[in-house]
Amino acid sequence: MAEEIRAHITGVVFQVPTKPGDKVAAGDAVIVLESMKMEIPVEAPRAGSVKEIRVQEGQTVQEGDVVAILE
Amino acid sequence: MFQSVLVANRGEIARRVFRACRQLGIRTIAVYSEADRDSPHVRDADEAILVGPPPARESYLSIENILQAVRRSGAQAVHPGYGFLSENWRFAQACADAGVVFIGPSPDAIRAMGDKSAARDLMAAAGVPVVPGTPGPVAGADEVAREAERVGFPLILKAAAGGGGIGMARVNTAADLASAFAAASRRAKAAFGEDAVYIERYLERPRHVEVQIFGDGAGHVVHLHERDCSIQRRHQKVVEESPAPALPEKTKDALTAAAVAGARAIRYANAGTMEFLVDQAGHHYFIEMNTRLQVEHPVTEEVTGLDLVHAQLRVAAGEPLPWRQEDILQRGAAIECRVYAEDPAKNFLPSPGTVTRLVLPEGEGIRVEAGVAEGVTVPVHYDPLLMKLIARGADRAEAIARLARALDACVVEGVRTTLPFLRRVMTDAGFRAGRVHTQMIEEGAFNG
Repeated sequence: MAEEIRAHITGVVFQVPTKPGDKVAAGDAVIVLESMKMEIPVEAPRAGSVKEIRVQEGQTVQEGDVVAILE
Repeated sequence: MFQSVLVANRGEIARRVFRACRQLGIRTIAVYSEADRDSPHVRDADEAILVGPPPARESYLSIENILQAVRRSGAQAVHPGYGFLSENWRFAQACADAGVVFIGPSPDAIRAMGDKSAARDLMAAAGVPVVPGTPGPVAGADEVAREAERVGFPLILKAAAGGGGIGMARVNTAADLASAFAAASRRAKAAFGEDAVYIERYLERPRHVEVQIFGDGAGHVVHLHERDCSIQRRHQKVVEESPAPALPEKTKDALTAAAVAGARAIRYANAGTMEFLVDQAGHHYFIEMNTRLQVEHPVTEEVTGLDLVHAQLRVAAGEPLPWRQEDILQRGAAIECRVYAEDPAKNFLPSPGTVTRLVLPEGEGIRVEAGVAEGVTVPVHYDPLLMKLIARGADRAEAIARLARALDACVVEGVRTTLPFLRRVMTDAGFRAGRVHTQMIEEGAFNG
């Protein structure tokens, strides 16, 4: 089952430590945002594999934006 | 005195410095990034110069872009504020090389205090007590393990080139050491470009007490008493006050003497702050020196009646220290709250956005230093500080009562703020009794 992973805050994409096909555990950082001098990981809500990454480094995302798809 | 000053900063501190300049008849020049076109600090200045795109390293942190603005504007001096380039000795040197005055200490003093482990050695040599730790950065599994054992657990790993709590990690047991050390080195490298990390003993529930000093660069140093900044989250200050509540006179005297001795040892010029931890037994330890104006300088101004920014401008312009030690008195009490665009209900997660409504408090003994205005967007790119609310009173109880009323009267809509949290601090029994320490927030003292 595909599941959307959404940014929980507004920020700039600081790092994309995963790529499509990667296996992740619940709580793993799928992407890392930077907002107001803080690094904030956007975590996988459950174990699965990354189907799609929808953002790239340096891009601004708004709270609620879909940043990746997990399956 | 200077005819024109450029402020290489943004937000409330840029506005604070502009105000002092106006009072002294100095022409003001702002710099701003593309994200700050509509910021109040841009409107406050006589002239404003765009220095680059939103990311700080391409604008406020770009020495070349800032110096270009200095040349274009013909500014005679640069005030760095705090953060950004304020503790970058290369910037201070570049200003000197360009023939403009850097309003702050010498590049050598910034450099000496900027390397935190070297600073500690220097202070120890000047007779100032320091937290037990390694004399310098450590590397390699054997050395790290051996030194950690010598210093003792719990300990804290710190980036040698760091500051502001960035790159710090607490380690409770030897079993966690190797992985924590690797992570700390990695973070230090990412944040500061150097992976050097040193080890320090971790103190249980200490207070953070600091001393404001001011030097003339020729070995004359005065202190402007102490501030307690124990209420911190993620090693960053949230509430600051002067005097430090319930601090024994003997401890205070030891702190001010150590601060002055340390600053004298490096022939310090301009405003600076010596930070100490005070453990539960009352022992004090130097932790670091901030070679700039502090965010929390207003509480010192409120209890001494002196203007630190005026003094910074005067001393940088070659005038002597404006005060003798015996003239610097601490009267009443003052407390500052930092209002951040952060959500206290979500562990202080940043909350950038547009301020749709803003009501600032006013009244007897209330001072507001705000960097935002209604309709202004708080960008994701910079520090989340929106404003500082400061209250003074004849005593601490009056200052707390006034600050509590000011916090109640303050309205910020459009972004989430730390206001609800700060209101809880003001009504907290422990805080009101002056029983403060740096771990209160993480222990949940104000979750009410």
